[in-house]
Amino acid sequence: MQRIRIDNVTKYYGENLVLDAVDLDVGEHEVVCLIGASGSGKSTLLRCVNKLVPFDHGTIYLDDISIDDDRFKFGNELHKRVGIVFQAYNLFPHMNVLDNITLAPRKVHGVVRATAEKQALELLSMFGLDGYAGSFPERLSGGQQQRVAIVRALATQPDVLMLDEVTAALDPELIGGVLKIIRELKDKGMTMIIVTHEMGFARDVADRVCFLEGGRILEEAPPDKLLSRPEHPRTQQFLQRIIEAGRL
Amino acid sequence: MSIESRAPAPPAPRSKASFRERFIPFLISAVSVTVVFGLAARVVTSAQHWPRIKLQFFNLEAIQAAFPTVFRGFLTNMTVWVIALVAIAIWALVLAIFRSLNGPVLAPLKVFSILYIDLIRGIPSLLLVLLFGFGIPALQIPGLPRTGLFWGGVAMVMGYSAYAAEVYRSGMEAVHDGQRAAAKALGLSQWQTMRYAIIPQAVRNVLPALLNLAVALQKDVALLSVIGVRDAVREAQIYTARTFNYSSLIAAALLFLAATIPMARLTDYVARKDQERRFQRTV
Repeated sequence: MQRIRIDNVTKYYGENLVLDAVDLDVGEHEVVCLIGASGSGKSTLLRCVNKLVPFDHGTIYLDDISIDDDRFKFGNELHKRVGIVFQAYNLFPHMNVLDNITLAPRKVHGVVRATAEKQALELLSMFGLDGYAGSFPERLSGGQQQRVAIVRALATQPDVLMLDEVTAALDPELIGGVLKIIRELKDKGMTMIIVTHEMGFARDVADRVCFLEGGRILEEAPPDKLLSRPEHPRTQQFLQRIIEAGRL
Repeated sequence: MSIESRAPAPPAPRSKASFRERFIPFLISAVSVTVVFGLAARVVTSAQHWPRIKLQFFNLEAIQAAFPTVFRGFLTNMTVWVIALVAIAIWALVLAIFRSLNGPVLAPLKVFSILYIDLIRGIPSLLLVLLFGFGIPALQIPGLPRTGLFWGGVAMVMGYSAYAAEVYRSGMEAVHDGQRAAAKALGLSQWQTMRYAIIPQAVRNVLPALLNLAVALQKDVALLSVIGVRDAVREAQIYTARTFNYSSLIAAALLFLAATIPMARLTDYVARKDQERRFQRTV
């Protein structure tokens, strides 16, 4: 079953073509990694899926229903079912960890406070964040903040989780803890679309890797194939540069 | 617990500057301040007209005589100030929210807010006070209050709200875009995003600037004296008109200073705390 079906999506920022007729299917429990240079359209593609940015042509389906369908217009059903985590965490600095996590369940989805807090505490404990419920984000390390951001995205129990370069802003020693919980999510069967520069991680966690350039998916294959024996010359070039930079 | 049973306090880190090194600069500044101000006082009080000036402005007896009525007027000033502060904090926030609205349905509110801020900010406060304080009571509309006190207060609220709304707006714009993206991604509506994500951060951002406005308003409430409100300035003028002695105005000035200087210090303190908070976050 296809969870997400991106069909011929085109997007311009002004005159700039950022997504050029992109097609991509993501099956249930599948983990798809998007790789490519900055400006290739990876992050924009994620933002189109949960309508953070509008796109100009094409359709995106969630469980075979267009995300522009009326069923997704009310009650924020789309945002409940598709969660996203950002590179810069974007936690609310004036709220403690618990309030950050329970805000959407309580205010958007009408979960009563006691229930929302119980679920939040369970999630925190699951991801090794016991004891941080009352802390404010600025008191946490970047790695902890990013894990809280992932918990916040999971608190609405989404069917699909999108991760936008979630380790790019972290110090190297903090990346491991974040990648570990993403692996755990994969083991639990979470459907994920992951934009990443961590090729080792992509190889490890992805069922499929897509290489984007100039708003197009140039090559799409299982990680062992795409990262070891890429066919497209541009993919080969990109990976060569990554290897030279010592990142693979 | 006796003092003896406590563990000895760790030795205080030795200051590099010795007592002598710290004491001498202090002594020099104390002496120089005393000398300069002393000389200035000497020059002023030995001036030819000083006795007349003293009699007219710093006449202790006159200050004492005028004080009770001036003080009663001052309480009116401070009451208007406090009520206006609350009203401005709310009305300005409403204006700022209107101004930030997007979408065609809400466009009238946005346009209203822009027009309001542009118009009101362009009119002198004194003119607003005269217009409202004299103008509206003169209409004698049944059901509306007719006191200058009420309408003068309304004029102050209207005027200051335009400034405060712009302050709020700058605070809202300073909230990082990522916060809006996060709120939207979590499914919060435009209003919920404002209510839970943007406004709390914006208010914290602009608190020092708002307090500055509060200090300015603390003095500007004296404008109500021109429409006959018996505030501190009005009472002082009444005394002056009767006795031809201006010491009552000095009494009023002292009362305003007693209120504004602590407010200014509070503003400094809040601004410093705010600076520290921002600094911590960037480090």
